[in-house]
Amino acid sequence: MAQYLMSVHGNEEEYAKVPEDQWPEMFAAVEAFNQQLQSDGVWVFAGGLQGAETATVVDASGDAPVITDGPYLETKEHIGGFWVIEVPDLDAALRYATAGSQACQGKVEVRPFQGEPETPEA
Amino acid sequence: MSSGAAGVERVFREEYGRLIASLTRRFGDLDIAEDAAGEALVVALERWPVDGVPPNPGAWLMTTAGNRAIDRLRRDKLRDPKHQAAAMIHDPTPHEPTGVVADDRLRLLFTCCHPALAPEARIALTLRMLGGLTVAEIAAAFLVQETTMGQRITRAKAKIKGARIPYRVPEADDLPERVGAVLAVVMLIFNEGYLASGDGEPVRAELTAEAIRLARLLHALLPGDLETTGLLALLLLTESRRLARVRGGELVPLDEQDRGGWDRALIAEGHALVRACLAADRPGRYQILAAVNAVHTDAPTAAATDWSQVAALYDQLTRLDPSPIVALNRAVAVAELDGPEVALAIVERLPLDGYHAWHATRADLLRRLGRSADARAQYDAALACCDNTAEASYLRRKRGELV
Repeated sequence: MAQYLMSVHGNEEEYAKVPEDQWPEMFAAVEAFNQQLQSDGVWVFAGGLQGAETATVVDASGDAPVITDGPYLETKEHIGGFWVIEVPDLDAALRYATAGSQACQGKVEVRPFQGEPETPEA
Repeated sequence: MSSGAAGVERVFREEYGRLIASLTRRFGDLDIAEDAAGEALVVALERWPVDGVPPNPGAWLMTTAGNRAIDRLRRDKLRDPKHQAAAMIHDPTPHEPTGVVADDRLRLLFTCCHPALAPEARIALTLRMLGGLTVAEIAAAFLVQETTMGQRITRAKAKIKGARIPYRVPEADDLPERVGAVLAVVMLIFNEGYLASGDGEPVRAELTAEAIRLARLLHALLPGDLETTGLLALLLLTESRRLARVRGGELVPLDEQDRGGWDRALIAEGHALVRACLAADRPGRYQILAAVNAVHTDAPTAAATDWSQVAALYDQLTRLDPSPIVALNRAVAVAELDGPEVALAIVERLPLDGYHAWHATRADLLRRLGRSADARAQYDAALACCDNTAEASYLRRKRGELV
């Protein structure tokens, strides 16, 4: 089994243009998708994020930590939320990503986690 | 069979895809498979010229390569116990026929042509892993630096491993789409051979031959898939005209080709496949294009071509794929049926500016209508975006013949 990050990338300005009366439908679709992940036993974690304007960047790689306002990347497209799933292979992950993309009406990037969960040596 | 180096390499090339496919299933790693196959070749080059070619060279290579891979895994295990645990695209199922498909090469094809890989990487990986072409040969065929091509293949293999692209035939739901991706790769390999880009040879027969070999393999593995049958027929019927298609470095259009130079055996084989598709009556893109080529190769002379049949086939294709390129091909048949003026009216509406075949078709229709100045401008435009030396020579000659 392998774990994959499915992150939803989108333009927040575009998202903001979705009429409010369409929100309940989208929320319901995402909730149903979350339920599906759990009942299929592939759910690890998921969450929606607040807007990129709430992000803070910390850089402690130098002598003193530097804290700055704003998202790390100067771009219009940001991660709006993500799922972490555990499935046998990429084909399975792509099938869930397809359903997730339909539910949230956004582009979903599928990226494998490094390594596998450690199994104790026999 | 020759036991010299050339003979050994020919056998190796012939067996390469099978070797890699089977080793990858056993050892779960494309790199291990490639290294083991390469080591088996070295042993064969030493031994066969001395001992003679073994009675079953494929089985000999498989056994030798398998032993080398096991040796390597033992060494790696001594060095790093975690190394083996990290082996990836493993296939937990034992070696048994997966439905109708018993050949590991089909798994390998689907892995190499996975939609999660970049299209150019799919082509390169397929030629490397199934075709047994060297990185240098693939780089030369696609006019890129060997190091660039090497990186492209290495990156694709790293993604297969890292993202766990599975080593298996896709599930039934995904199969039609995934077969489509494999057929597209084979078609692109053929096209690059048939209408080669760049300043080198106008036709690269090694690529058309490799594409046909892959299409034959796919057809043998998926005999019930009609689009696969259609693609093989299309490639055979196109290939049958290859030798008549270029003369003195210049492209010879269909109506000027010496039909005596067409390969009758390939035509007979292609026609039989097209008939099988027609009998099944579930047309798809490649089947229809194969049928168009069957009409052309059926005609004893250019004048005897059944253009109404060609136009009807393109009408059928338009319903599946209403693209301007299909409309352009249909217009060529319309020109024969209804005259160049009607065809030109269709062609000029198509949004294909910058596509060499669009300009070349317009040029030809304008020439036939006696509009030399307009034709000349279109020959110029076609030449500006034409990337095949034989086609460019042909266009230059036609432009020079304008009065």
